[in-house]
Amino acid sequence: MNVAVDATKIPAPIFERSPGYWSSVFRRFRRDPVALFAAAVVGVLVLMALFGPWLTPADPYKSSMLARLKPIGTEGYPLGTDELGRDMLSRLMIGARLSLFMGITPVICAFIIGSSLGILAGYAGGAINTVIMRTIDVFYAFPSVLLAIALSGALGAGITNALLSLTIVFVPPIARVAESVTTQVRSRDFVEAARASGADAFTIVRVHVLGNVLGPIFVYSTSLIAVSMILASGLSFLGLGVKPPEPEWGLMLNTLRTAIYTQPWVAALPGAMIFITSISFNTLSDGLRSAMDVKQ
Amino acid sequence: MSADKPGRPKALIEVRGLVKHFPLKGKKADDGRAAVVRAVDGIDFTVYERETLGVVGESGCGKSTAARLLMRLLDPTAGEIIFDGMAVGSRDLPLKEYRRQVQMVFQDSYSSLNPRMTIEDSIAFGPRVHGVAARESVERARDLLSRVGLEPRRFAERYPHELSGGQRQRVNIARALALQPRVVILDESTSALDKSVEAQVLNLLLDLKEAFGLTYVFIGHDLHVVRYVSDRVMVMYLGQVAELGPGEALFGQPLHPYTAALTASMPTMDPDNRTEEAPLAGDPPNPINPPAGCRFHTRCAAAEPACAKQVPKLGSKVTPHAVACLMYEPGSGHSRAPAVQEAA
Repeated sequence: MNVAVDATKIPAPIFERSPGYWSSVFRRFRRDPVALFAAAVVGVLVLMALFGPWLTPADPYKSSMLARLKPIGTEGYPLGTDELGRDMLSRLMIGARLSLFMGITPVICAFIIGSSLGILAGYAGGAINTVIMRTIDVFYAFPSVLLAIALSGALGAGITNALLSLTIVFVPPIARVAESVTTQVRSRDFVEAARASGADAFTIVRVHVLGNVLGPIFVYSTSLIAVSMILASGLSFLGLGVKPPEPEWGLMLNTLRTAIYTQPWVAALPGAMIFITSISFNTLSDGLRSAMDVKQ
Repeated sequence: MSADKPGRPKALIEVRGLVKHFPLKGKKADDGRAAVVRAVDGIDFTVYERETLGVVGESGCGKSTAARLLMRLLDPTAGEIIFDGMAVGSRDLPLKEYRRQVQMVFQDSYSSLNPRMTIEDSIAFGPRVHGVAARESVERARDLLSRVGLEPRRFAERYPHELSGGQRQRVNIARALALQPRVVILDESTSALDKSVEAQVLNLLLDLKEAFGLTYVFIGHDLHVVRYVSDRVMVMYLGQVAELGPGEALFGQPLHPYTAALTASMPTMDPDNRTEEAPLAGDPPNPINPPAGCRFHTRCAAAEPACAKQVPKLGSKVTPHAVACLMYEPGSGHSRAPAVQEAA
């Protein structure tokens, strides 16, 4: 038996392909029970919003003068009824659609606009940075609630205008975060090395900057979804957003406030939904942040 | 191009009067003009083909700024760089082409690699930018990984944080070589590594230089390392060249008092011959308001009144050993200066 081993016959050592960045983020996220729970709640809410019309036990628009303001647990109305005798459970389920839509859409729009502006300002630096960032600072002069109300009031009531004003409210903070992350990444040597290899600014941003900045901006943006929902609810509450009889949590909270003494628990339900949703989104974004925070 | 005569190597990079001043916002210098940091204040030198030019000096003397100027990561305030007879940035030699010929390895091995990219993609990025097909770029990257001593099968798809400092710096060297450059600027590239790893990487660099016929500009603060790798050494002080000469001559018989102080500060291997006291006291003066005359006169043991008035020129074009010191400048007013020789 020949003891010498033919070097070419030795099997290549099997190394796992290193997990990519996102799969390692996912792995860490899975180990965080609180964030997982929040993700599950958000998942249920999204499913409820998507399939609400097929799941509701009753017609959310059908009112009944005889069944007004029934308490929680009444037969046929598991969560009671509102001031017009409409089934609260069904209205809350359908309300998830508009509330989530009003919460998420402005943030997505603001994410696209804000991160573009911020990355441009952060990478270009100099005069371009000054122009963009000082313009954005102007918006910081107003508290966000006031700004949303003022814009909505000026544009007129309605869902589209509410979405538009919320988007404008969220562009400045997202742009600011994007700018600061980009400035930080731009000063790293790998960007210098990319410049030294002769790449143009657009290629460097696309290949080297985006991958390193979008994560943190995304995490920050998810935390704004809760704020957006609350602001949208506030606009509806003031009559600047969704119009009755559409079920939307903020609007429901408004119309039920007269019943706060007769049926306090029922009146509090839309508020509870807003609370649960916003805390879930916040916890989710916290979990994402810590999962993405790679200590090296 | 005709074959070069031995002993007369071809000048590859010629630097002429390179200046970089960084403006300081809202500050005024003593003379009332806007204050600037004179990081690099008029340097001339030549890098010959296939040599290693070492650059030494204290922190803040402008070594790294000079490297970034040479790479054109910074735009010079004044002066020009001529590469292979063509002015950099001119129509003959656009910046992109120049950057293919001259590459750089940075000090911080971690910061110089994109954490979201596999090292293979990081190395292949440069060739991709210069229009090499994706497949060929990756092949080149894998080939270079094995040239720098990293088994491609094991390392190609790893991320920077999975490698050690020495391995990462090997990746950075491979990345610099991926564009098949003629000059590599090594800006403190081995200073952050452990001594044993540093030695390996230095030997790798010397092997690669031989294999690819490279020219190095080696910036460092460890004089032993610079002496080991360099053919010629340039000593910088406060943004200017103090002395420039062949490594052995410069370290063996330093002419400039600053070089002498630097070499005296080198730890010796002989325990009976230890340096007992620091040959150079204090920090270098502020490069915002550098001293008048010779910039070193405030710390120089041989300083005389003339040194505070007259700026020494980097002299002696006859020998390859040039020095900027009044002691060697005929008729400078320094008591040790040689007499003026009448032109024959």
